[in-house]
Amino acid sequence: MKYTEIMVRYGELSTKGKNRKDFIKQLGKNVRAVLTNYGEVEVKAQRDRLHVDLNGQDDKPVIESLKQVFGIENFYPSIKIAKTMDAIKDTALQMVKEQYSAGKTFKINTRRQDKSFEYHTDQINNMLGDYILENVDGIKVDVKNPDIEIRVEVRMNGAYLSSEKIKGAGGLPVGTGGRASMMLSGGIDSPVAAYMAMKRGVKIDMIHFYSPPYTSEQALAKAKQLTSVLAKYSGGIQFIAVPFTEIQETIKEKVPEGYLMTIQRRMMMRLAAEITKNRHCTGIFNGEALGQVASQTLESMMAINDVTSMPVLRPLISMDKTDIIEISKDINTFDLSVLPFEDCCTIFTPPAPKTRPDLEKSRKFEQYIDVDGLMQRSMAGMQIFDIKPDEDYMNVNADVFAELL
Amino acid sequence: MIYFDNSATTQALPEVVDTYDQVSKKVWGNPSSLHNFGDQAFQLLEQSRKQIADLLKVHADEIYFTSGGTEGDNWVLKGTAIEKREYGKHLITTSVEHPAIHNSMEQLKQLGYEVTYLPVDDEGRINVNDLKAAIRPDTILVSIMAVNNEIGTIQPLMAAADVLKDYPKIHFHIDAVQGIGKGIQDMVMNDRVDFVTFSGHKFHAPRGTGFIYARRGRRISPLMNGGGQEKNQRSGTENVPAIASMAKALRLLLDKEKTANQTELAIKQRVSAHIANFDKVIIFSKNSDQFAPHILCFAIQGVRGETIVHAFEEHGIYISTTSACSSKKHLASSTLSAMNVPESISTSAVRISLGDQNTVAEADEFIKVFDELYTEFDKLS
Repeated sequence: MKYTEIMVRYGELSTKGKNRKDFIKQLGKNVRAVLTNYGEVEVKAQRDRLHVDLNGQDDKPVIESLKQVFGIENFYPSIKIAKTMDAIKDTALQMVKEQYSAGKTFKINTRRQDKSFEYHTDQINNMLGDYILENVDGIKVDVKNPDIEIRVEVRMNGAYLSSEKIKGAGGLPVGTGGRASMMLSGGIDSPVAAYMAMKRGVKIDMIHFYSPPYTSEQALAKAKQLTSVLAKYSGGIQFIAVPFTEIQETIKEKVPEGYLMTIQRRMMMRLAAEITKNRHCTGIFNGEALGQVASQTLESMMAINDVTSMPVLRPLISMDKTDIIEISKDINTFDLSVLPFEDCCTIFTPPAPKTRPDLEKSRKFEQYIDVDGLMQRSMAGMQIFDIKPDEDYMNVNADVFAELL
Repeated sequence: MIYFDNSATTQALPEVVDTYDQVSKKVWGNPSSLHNFGDQAFQLLEQSRKQIADLLKVHADEIYFTSGGTEGDNWVLKGTAIEKREYGKHLITTSVEHPAIHNSMEQLKQLGYEVTYLPVDDEGRINVNDLKAAIRPDTILVSIMAVNNEIGTIQPLMAAADVLKDYPKIHFHIDAVQGIGKGIQDMVMNDRVDFVTFSGHKFHAPRGTGFIYARRGRRISPLMNGGGQEKNQRSGTENVPAIASMAKALRLLLDKEKTANQTELAIKQRVSAHIANFDKVIIFSKNSDQFAPHILCFAIQGVRGETIVHAFEEHGIYISTTSACSSKKHLASSTLSAMNVPESISTSAVRISLGDQNTVAEADEFIKVFDELYTEFDKLS
């Protein structure tokens, strides 16, 4: 069965009252962004539904792309046909036959927008039901729990038939929840936190600290690759690479060992806050989960958070590692995250970092370094990349190798 | 020279050897090394894996590289035996398998496992009712070859898969060493199959290459323990040049699969139609679609297989007694024995096995030589 359009039902939007229009507009924009490679496809975001007109485009890749757009509750691939009972009967029968096997039950579910159509809802249900009972041997009706549900919509411009209901990603359209930064390390947690931030409608920029030559080109490529995987949920993400080598070297030289980690994190947080403010964003997300490592105790968080009044949001704060891993597998970031490239959080780690750093001592030890100068030089070396879905940063030799293979 | 012994091995193609050469020279880092040079080799390894997976329409993480068909067969059988020993010790296979399967099964028998060998009919084919009857609550594995290496019989893989759908816990393994590139990929990579063995040198890749397909979620114990390569399943530094060239060989093979099969079938049909006219010739490989297009096994009564092989060799034509693995041991064909062919006939059997490089003109040349030799043989017997 070749589908002609996909009818999309909105998620939480129905509760949004006056902001509804903005949500719908943003969702339309996001859907267009993920479908940009399918030139023929037309997206119409209307008050109660969003319609994707396929215009002959293959439905499968479009369906796969739609599954990743936040703000969609579910969607129905459907077929537009002429508004005659004969055409409706034929198509409905064909749809049932494609899914029918012995013992299955069905139901017809009609809605009628065009009140001038010659039959009303119950009549259409009955006529279609009878037609299918007559033409499919052994099929039975079950209105409560049907195996096959044929949905018929008689609209002004035609009749639409569908039977497959596909679950959407839920959440809110990315962009309706404001704009924030995400501290992306490259481990398992931060990509999951980024995913959850986007799910609540937040548009994010990735901030990634890197320390060449201690961290490799591959580690940077891995962070970009993770961003590219996550970009599927929003259409595109800005990636900000912030050099961190000089800061780490200076801290290593000047600060007592037990406080290396705390001061490093304070510097990262300070830089993230500054970059976020400069870009007119209003919050910082990170992948911290309580009690996971030394820097993720309440005392540590207080000592680190001390440097900014910007909201620092931690979507994973009370999650178990196993649950985080499960999500990372679902969103296809796990395999990338576990690639063994050192990131700047794992170099210069003292053997025994303070799990309960003292706030006053943190502030005191920080005075041993030139905070402002270091920040200025780091920000001067910042690079920004526009990352699109499905770009390849890891396999830079892919083309060369393709010739060998 | 006419090379009609492609089931024994194939010539590594020049473009495949070229890949081997280039990778050996340029990308020779260890894929497990952390540095950029090692990472390059890792990337090439993974790209090769993905290419093979794409060609077979499976996931890249379902492909594990091995040293060839024998290792793959040994691994799946013994790996299953170890992994599932708590659940049962009964294994099922056929009476016409390659020694890599047969001898592994015999070894497992010594270790306390029970093996059922399914009988075959006069075409060398099992009956799925026998399979159904052989299944017991403690059965842990069913292993069936896709294409028989001696006479080319295609086993009823889909029917076997249907039977095994009712027994989802049994590992279903297919030895596809002779089956790749022979137009039966859908049958081999069917929904129910869990493990499939492949060997590179049967499709113009270097020797010592191979891989298995292992369905996601199915576990077997590793036989090679060490540095943890191949997700801890098959340790040993990966042979990246060989693997890359195998990936290329597989692409080239499947690119021309259809036309190659047509040519192979045309050669097989032409030769078998001709030799069928001679009184002392018995042909074991039928021309139906139940037989692979590339194998033709026949006997000339009263003449030993070895004599036939050497006689053709004199004319620059290379054929084989029924399998290269057993030919030097002067053993009668195990497949023909399982088909109840008397030893007096099976020792006279020879095998022509074709590849994508053979031509119909070679069939004519073969026929010409056959006629000459037959007259000679007639005097002998």
